[in-house]
This record gives sequence, structure tokens and C-alpha cells, in this order.
Amino acid sequence: MGLEEAPSGFLLTTIEDLAGYLRKSSVWPVTFGLACCAIEMMAAGASRFDLSRFGMEVFRASPRQADLMIVAGRVSQKMAPVVRQVYDQMSEPKWVLSMGVCASSGGMFNNYAIVQGVDHVVPVDIYLPGCPPRPEMLINAILALHQQIQDSPMGVNRVEAAQAAEAAAMEATPTSQMLGMLR
Amino acid sequence: MSEDRGPQEGATTEVDRPGGGPTAEVVGERTGMFGVHGSGDTSGYGGLTRLVTLPPAATRPYGSWFDDAVDVLAEVLAEAGVAFDDAVERVVVTDPRRPVEGEGPSRDAELTLHVAREHVVAVCRALRDDQDLRFELSLGVSGVHYPEDAGRELHAVYHLTSVTHGRRLRLDVACPDADPHLPTTTAVYPANDWHERETWDFFGIVFDGHPALARIEMPDDWPGHPQRKDYPLGGIPVEYKGATVPPPDERRRYS
Amino acid sequence: MTAPAHDAPHATRPAADDYGPGVAGFEASGGDWDEIAREAIGEERIVVNMGPQHPSTHGVLRLMLEIDGETVTEARCGIGYLHTGIEKNMEFRTWTQGTTFCTRMDYLAPLYQEAAYCLGTERLLGITDDVPERANVIRVLMMELNRVASHLVCLGTGGNEMGATTIMTLSFTAREEILRMFEAVTGLRMNHAYIRPGGVAQDVPEDFTEHIRELLPSLRKYLAMLGDLMLANPIFKSRLTGVGVLNLAGCFALGITGPVLRSAGHPYDVRKAFPYCGYEDYDFDVPTDTAADCYSRVVLRIEECYQSLRIVEQCMRRLDETQGAPVMVADKKIAWPAQLAVGHDGQGNSLDHIRHIMGTSMEALIHHFKLVTEGFGVPAGQAWQTVEHPRGELGVHLVSDGGTRPYRAHFRDPSFNNLQAVSVMCEGGQVADVVVSVASLDPVLGGVDR
Repeated sequence: MGLEEAPSGFLLTTIEDLAGYLRKSSVWPVTFGLACCAIEMMAAGASRFDLSRFGMEVFRASPRQADLMIVAGRVSQKMAPVVRQVYDQMSEPKWVLSMGVCASSGGMFNNYAIVQGVDHVVPVDIYLPGCPPRPEMLINAILALHQQIQDSPMGVNRVEAAQAAEAAAMEATPTSQMLGMLR
Repeated sequence: MSEDRGPQEGATTEVDRPGGGPTAEVVGERTGMFGVHGSGDTSGYGGLTRLVTLPPAATRPYGSWFDDAVDVLAEVLAEAGVAFDDAVERVVVTDPRRPVEGEGPSRDAELTLHVAREHVVAVCRALRDDQDLRFELSLGVSGVHYPEDAGRELHAVYHLTSVTHGRRLRLDVACPDADPHLPTTTAVYPANDWHERETWDFFGIVFDGHPALARIEMPDDWPGHPQRKDYPLGGIPVEYKGATVPPPDERRRYS
Repeated sequence: MTAPAHDAPHATRPAADDYGPGVAGFEASGGDWDEIAREAIGEERIVVNMGPQHPSTHGVLRLMLEIDGETVTEARCGIGYLHTGIEKNMEFRTWTQGTTFCTRMDYLAPLYQEAAYCLGTERLLGITDDVPERANVIRVLMMELNRVASHLVCLGTGGNEMGATTIMTLSFTAREEILRMFEAVTGLRMNHAYIRPGGVAQDVPEDFTEHIRELLPSLRKYLAMLGDLMLANPIFKSRLTGVGVLNLAGCFALGITGPVLRSAGHPYDVRKAFPYCGYEDYDFDVPTDTAADCYSRVVLRIEECYQSLRIVEQCMRRLDETQGAPVMVADKKIAWPAQLAVGHDGQGNSLDHIRHIMGTSMEALIHHFKLVTEGFGVPAGQAWQTVEHPRGELGVHLVSDGGTRPYRAHFRDPSFNNLQAVSVMCEGGQVADVVVSVASLDPVLGGVDR
């Protein structure tokens, strides 16, 4: 990490900032490449689109040693229990990045064999569309996740934030009833 | 839904040329276009009819190496006590390239033998073992489901290659839905092991004598056989902002 | 329907063996391997389950190994964890849209699925003679570049699985050069949907041949580096020589094709045996070896990359000669309507075409609309087309019922077939050799499971 990443001001004010900074600097993904997106994920980890700049080149094979599960590829009905098992084996704090349209929503495969979005199986923090997303897009999503990790509240703040998010979701318009500007 | 009846197999360029080429066998008729059917349609598309045609069984001489191969096969089968006409129901020759005057089928021509299911193993053994046939490489089994072809709904299609002679062959075996059994060819071509498992998994064709016929792609306890025509594609309606798009098999058909 | 003869070749032990007097028979196919093993074998042997999530980056392959110390006594593959139902999905799309689906089967060599599918569709349509020469040259060029890219991934992931990460970074860097070329031509790095029935979607960019001429020496340099890194390395050699042996009889019995068959000594290559896309006019060799082990397969794959680059050079010459020629069949009832070009605004549109259909001719608009939404009809029948895929022989069986959608599209994927050899290769060997053997088979689970 360069000097520009150092926190402004020399004295950190809250534990959240410190914890968020430490957590995001060394997120270790678990090797969970499934299909085509896995190849782009490997390319992101290779030399040209280096993920080790972000402390992430260490793809742990064991989920118990990993923080981030990048679900890269289509999740079939047979694989879904395995996804859940691997997620359960990861220890807190853990995040999920659903890479590609197949993991986010089932993608072009709207059929009997594919789970229509891995969020049916595990809670997802960041969705990354693309078929497959370029390595730069994956890095963009990872940086957005890093920002999310940096800003994530802890303790009492976390409970309050969760309640507020749930209340907002209950009042929000469902997608299929959104009208007007469709952007 | 446009009305079309049982497709079977083997068409050539002749189908599209009015009046040209050998007489084609009509197996179905498509009416309408653009999903337009029935009365009340004033677009005029409803009056369009097109025939679905297939070439009839090929007549001798087939051309190229096909005649010799079929003759040798008949000989070998006769030695094994199987009459050729019992084993092979139909011989079809298709050629994707335009016919050249005076020449037989091109090197891309395909020979298809429709084989009766009782004799599939004998035919395979003859094709593999005889030195003039020597189809030593089996490239798997492909299942096809023709629900409208009563009594012959499930087909298993074997593609064989003779590396020695540089030839290719297709065997098309049919069985009815009520009795979906075919003998396994793994004794002759062990390569067909997983392909037969896949065909069982997706179509429900039971290969009798297979060492371990189990589901291979779908989970072990999956009900049904997904690639049959009566199995739905599955899929859910997709929500967009302000709209819902139905899954592909429920959308409007433009044909 | 007689029982198979006892000494006839079998992929697995004949079931009859298990049912002798006093011998309990268990069919170990599907179900929970641990339970079956506990019932049948007791606690003496260990059953190790590798996958479907494991660091061996071949995808979601499940290997069930019964080991006795370090020796593998039984090895079985569990597949289907990536089954996507692509073949059934294709039955609900038009013939041209089928390209987009089949390209995602074996995602490391997508252009091969596209090419095989389009060649099969052209067989059914009867337009094999009408595909323009420039389109065929472009197809060959893209396929050969894809072969090099696919072999680079095979070597890279193979090296990575054995612990040599440098091999992976090197081969992925080399592959990036090729992906830049793909992006220049098709717009995408992977899963291009570029080859369409009748030709290719659009012509190559104007300065393309210069870029390729710069690329070739750089690729040769990377391949030389990979060869230097791997082939004389004593650890590499001791891990790979004599491992995963599958002799010629075994290969033919199991229907194995591709580098694995050629490592056993037989020079069978579909490009030479049943040429397509004009391969009979290209000058290239088919490398073979006789050792039939993992090391010879690595040597062969590198050698095949060099041969592919030879073909690419010949393609360059032909591209220069056919400058300006069409890349799509002339029949407007089949040809995809627009030749895309990047416009002033950076968007890919064919402005001339749009001007024509929107401004000039109503019939042209209707024709375009019908062709894109309904698609063209393909005469009824069956076709079989194979191509020499980097992993073996990819076959496509297409059945048409005369309509605008495939009635049945079946892909005989080489990885699916080749994985049957895992048992033969691994049983009796060490556990560590399982990873090496599977890597030398080079399975891509997207193709295996489809």
C-alpha cells in the first residue's frame, strides 16, 4: 500500500477505522472458481492485473483460512450445497463477492440446472456483472468491497445499521413496480 | 405453436431446390410464420405452408466407400447368423456439399445406418473387428427424444470413426418410451461407458448390461430426465424495473 | 442383449466379478462414497474425497480416492457440478443464438465449440461450399490462437498445481497477449460468439496482420521460456516421467483423442484426417511421442503451440491476399445482417446498414427483423461435425426438425470422454501422481458438464 493509503492525520480516531483498514488490507480469497469467470479471476491474480497489490494474491485453498469467497461462475444445483458448506467453514469476518452474471442472477442460463443467483444460497456483499467481467472489473469490485469493509460499522453501530437497512428494504418499491425513469 | 410432425433424419441440399434432386419424403408440415396461427389472422402469414421433408432411404449404388462397407457388414453379420435386413432397418446417405455431375458423394458425405436394437452389439462388434471396416474409435452416444414418433421415441445415436481407413459412420438406434431399453455397447467400445450414463441421465434410456448405470451430470436423487422434450426447461421469470420477462420456454415464439 | 464376455474390454471391472459365492457385491456409483466404503471395506482403507472445491484449478471435479498408505487403490470421478443444461437451452434459441451458448461450454477454447457448431449448422444448411475463403482463414487463425492460449493455461495450471507458481504467471502473461488479439477482433477476451453460421460476425481490424506479426516472436519467446523453465527441471521431470501412462490400446478403447493419444504414438489429428475450414491447404506437422506419460504430453503441447504459430503465419499471408473479401456467406437469408464497425462514438453499430433499413427500404427492415428475431430455417436432418479441439476431438451432433431452432444439439466434449481414463491412470500409483495425471488429461469441467 502506498503512502496515499495511509490514514489522514496520524492518530486514528475510532476502532472502526482501524479495524476496517486492517481487514481490507489483507483479504484472502478462497479458491472458488467454478467456470469461465474463474479464468478471469486467475488472470486478475496473475502478473498483468496483479491482485497482490491489494494483499490478495494468496488464494487459500482451505476456507478456514480465507476471508473472501469470490463465487466465480455458474452455480449448478449439484454444487449449491458445496457452496454453502464452504461458506459455513469460513470464519468471521467473511464476505462474498458474486462474480459474473451467472453467480449474481443465473445469467443467461435461466433453466433447471442453475441456481438463479448465488444469493439464494449465501449472503452476498458485492455483485459484479459481466460475462465474464474483465480482470479490471473484478479489481473495481474488490476495491468497492474494500471500501465497504473500511466503512463497515462494528458493535452497537452494526446492529443499528442492520435494523435501518431492513426498515428501508421493507419500505422500498419492489423492482417490478418501479416506474418512470428506468435507469 | 406451429404444427410440425415427427422429424426423423438426414436431409440434403436437395430439399431446398424446387424439383431438383431425388424425391423427398414429406414427414410434416409447418403452417404460419412469426407465431401467427389460426383464424382471425389477417396478416396473411397464416396461409403459408412449408413441408418438412427428409430424403428417403438411399438406393444402391450409394457411392464412394459406402457400398463396400455395407456389403462387408452384411457378410460379417451373415457369418454371425444375423440377417442384414433384420439388423439394419434403413441406410441413409447425406451430403452437405453440392453434387458434382458424374462424381459420387463428396468426402464430407455421411452414412447413417438405422439399426434394430436387438442387433446393435453384433453390428458394433462387426464394425470394430473386421479388417475392412475397422471402426475402432467410438465417439460416444447421443440421445434424441422424438415424442411424436410413436413407438420409436427415444433414439441413441452412435458415431464411429475408422482411423485406419479415414471413414465415419453413424448408427441410429430407436426404442419406444414404454420400454426404454437398449443393450450396452461398453463390451465392444468401453469409451461409451460415461456416454451411456449421460444418455440414461438425460433421456431415461436404460442400457442393459452396463457395469454401473447411474446419474452422472444431475444429482443422484434428481427426479426425471431433463433433456426429454416433456421435461420443462425450468427457469423463473426475471424481474426488471417495471417489467417481468418470462423464462425462455414461455416466451412468444417467432416461428 | 447377452452379458459381455468376461475377457472383453471393460471400462470398469465386470460386475460379474463381485458376485462370487460369499462375496458381497456393492455398486459404488453415486451416493455417499463414505457410507458405501464403510459398509463394504470397513475401516482399513481410507477414502479421500478431493473436491469439488480444491486448489487444483481444473474446476469442480470431484475425485473419490480409496488409498492404502500412499497408493491409490481405486479412483473414481464425480462430475456434474457445473452442469448448466446448455444443450437443452439451445433448443429454445435460434440457430445463430446457439453460438452464444455453446461457446461457454469449454471456456478455455470457446472458438472451437463455435466453429464445430457453425460447421455442423452449415452442413445441415448445405452451404459448406459457400462459406467465403476469408471467413475460413479467419476461423483457422482464431482457432489456432485459441489452441495456443488453451495450452498455455493447461501448462500454467498444471505447474501451479505442482507448486511452481512461476509457470502460471509466465503462461498467463503470454496468454494475455493472445487475449488482446481476441479483444481486437471479437470485442471480448473470452466466450466470443464470433463464429456464426455462414462465416464470422465481422472482419478483422485493418492493422490486424501487423499486430499479429509483432505477436508471434513474442509468443515464441514465452514458449521458449516455458520450455526452459519446465522441461529440463529435475523435479519436474521426476514428477512427470513415467506417471499417468496410458498406452495406445487403452487410448483407443476409451476413445481418448488429442495430445493424450498422440503421446501414445498415434498421429491422429482431425485436421489431417477429416479436414475442415480449408485445413488441407495448410502446412503443419502433428507432433507425436511414444512415452505415453505426463512428461511427453507436456512436450507435445508445447510443440503443438509452435505448430499452431506456423499455421497462424500462413493465415496472415492469406488474409493479406483476401483483403476486402466478404466474411459472411452471400445468401442474405442466412447471413447475419450487419457488419459491425466501431463508429465515431465508440459504439459498435453498422451505420450504413441502419441507414439502409431505417431510411431506404421497408422490406429490408422487415427482413432484418425477421432474420434476427425468428432466425433462418434449417432443413430437417442430422449432421455430425468434429474439430481438433486442444483437448481432443470435439464432436457436434445436430438434429433439425426443419425449424428455426435446433431440435437437438449434442456436444461430444473431449474432456468428458478423456476423464474416463482417470481410473486407469491413477490406480496403483501414488496420491501425488493423481494431480499430475489429471492435469495431463487437461479436463475443463465446463466442457465435461456442459
